[in-house]
Amino acid sequence: MAVETDAATPTGPIEFDGDDRQPRLSWTERLIRLPVALPLLTVLALLILWEAGTRVFAVPSYVLPAPSRILAGFEAVDGWRWLDHIWATVRVALMGFAVSIAVSLPIAVGLARSRVLSRALYPLLVVIQSTPVVAVAPIIIVVLGTDDAPRVVITFMISFFPLVVSMTTGLMATPPELIELSRSLRGTLAREMAHIRLPYATPYIFSGLKISITLAVIGAVVAEFVAAEKGLGFFIQFSTSMFKLPQAWAGLVVLVALSLLLFQIIGLVQRVLFPWSVPKERR
Amino acid sequence: MARLEAIRFTGVGQTFPTDAGPLRALGGVSLTVARHEFVAVLGPSGCGKSTLLRLAAGLIKPTSGEVAVFGRPVTEPRDDVGIVFQQPTLLPWATVEDNVVFPARHTRGRVSAEDRRQARAIVGKVGLAGFEQRLPGELSGGMQQRVGIARALFLNPDILLMDEPFSALDALTRDAMGFELLQLWQSSPKTVLFITHSIPEAVLLADRVVVMSERPGHVIEDLPVPLGRPRDETALGTRAMQDYCAHLRGLLIKRKAA
Repeated sequence: MAVETDAATPTGPIEFDGDDRQPRLSWTERLIRLPVALPLLTVLALLILWEAGTRVFAVPSYVLPAPSRILAGFEAVDGWRWLDHIWATVRVALMGFAVSIAVSLPIAVGLARSRVLSRALYPLLVVIQSTPVVAVAPIIIVVLGTDDAPRVVITFMISFFPLVVSMTTGLMATPPELIELSRSLRGTLAREMAHIRLPYATPYIFSGLKISITLAVIGAVVAEFVAAEKGLGFFIQFSTSMFKLPQAWAGLVVLVALSLLLFQIIGLVQRVLFPWSVPKERR
Repeated sequence: MARLEAIRFTGVGQTFPTDAGPLRALGGVSLTVARHEFVAVLGPSGCGKSTLLRLAAGLIKPTSGEVAVFGRPVTEPRDDVGIVFQQPTLLPWATVEDNVVFPARHTRGRVSAEDRRQARAIVGKVGLAGFEQRLPGELSGGMQQRVGIARALFLNPDILLMDEPFSALDALTRDAMGFELLQLWQSSPKTVLFITHSIPEAVLLADRVVVMSERPGHVIEDLPVPLGRPRDETALGTRAMQDYCAHLRGLLIKRKAA
């Protein structure tokens, strides 16, 4: 009788006494299952390559500073100054993000509710979205002055569109039978929104929020490039103009970390408050 | 005098506007359902069976003719009508109990302790005791549809409209659910309009089977089922029942060939 070539299955016809071999995973499979190990290793390898490359080829630091030089760049300003810059950027990004949510929700409800509104408004939204906000930013600063208002407007203009699209898609994704159920119970439109459509849109809204929060950080930085006296965007531009490239790179690293953190916070809020809305395989 | 009339369709026609021109879904349907009668509507897909149900529910208005429930023309959805859809259509974020009390929350805006007590009783009746706090995603398809039935029963409607409620289930679950529905119906009688495209299902469950033609749908046969109650799986084995089923099948197939 032929023995199965696939010996990993313990149910084969021949059993050896005392042999309790477990089906073993290959080491690559085990590495894939560790949640952070693989990306961490990749980044580490990249950093080593980067450091070695800049040293071996003697790349000047204004072209590409070595990771060790960037690390030193963090010490150029003290901790409180860093916090000051970070907070300025976070504040503008969050304000712009809040305005985006506040504006997008009624627009999305309108677009989902009424085909007239959808036809009338949608092209306008696309035009706003297609306008390069970076080019309009100086104009907005001139019109609105140099305090928070223009920065929030710029941040809003960059971050609101994905929210409108995801919210509208979500509000339209409700199964028609549930809307019929609501109508058969003679539910009001407000309750149809609150009890059925909005909760149904939650997963869509959160994917929009995740895109939007990273765009909000970009918006805040763009605004700071144009007119600001602090903030990470200002810090990067200022450092570059002083030819302190390692310092500018340090600012960039903080900015990336900040974006990632805000993105993760949105994901965390979704998992804690709306666990049912998280796709199953990632729960 | 005959039994009280629960639902009456009189020469009901229904035409929907579409991009490709008007679509005649129903072409003059006349049909009455007595109170506490179980009527199955049988027909090929796209014959307007579901339209019939939505008309009775007051979700749409007929293009011509009249739909009346308990002698009154239907102008809007009524409280004494419960609907079970083809899909369970539950709220995925709400527990079984919250899904069942949903009609209370949606119509009155709040849920009383009495509502919750009643919901738990109904959940027990459909065989889901112990699952009150589970989410729909944790239940099988059959269990989800039980929740859908419990929700339709929550307001204790006199009329139950069921739109192919078991068609999305596997064959074994489907049979079991049918018999459970019969038990529920016998313990608290209701008028049932049951849409299906399965001949055995229609025959096992209903007092009367109504066969509809293809679009524009109209009634081509309206026959009482020659079976007593209570019924079980063996009921379909008799010669008379095989002839009855063959007759229904012939009607459906002949129409298809024509």
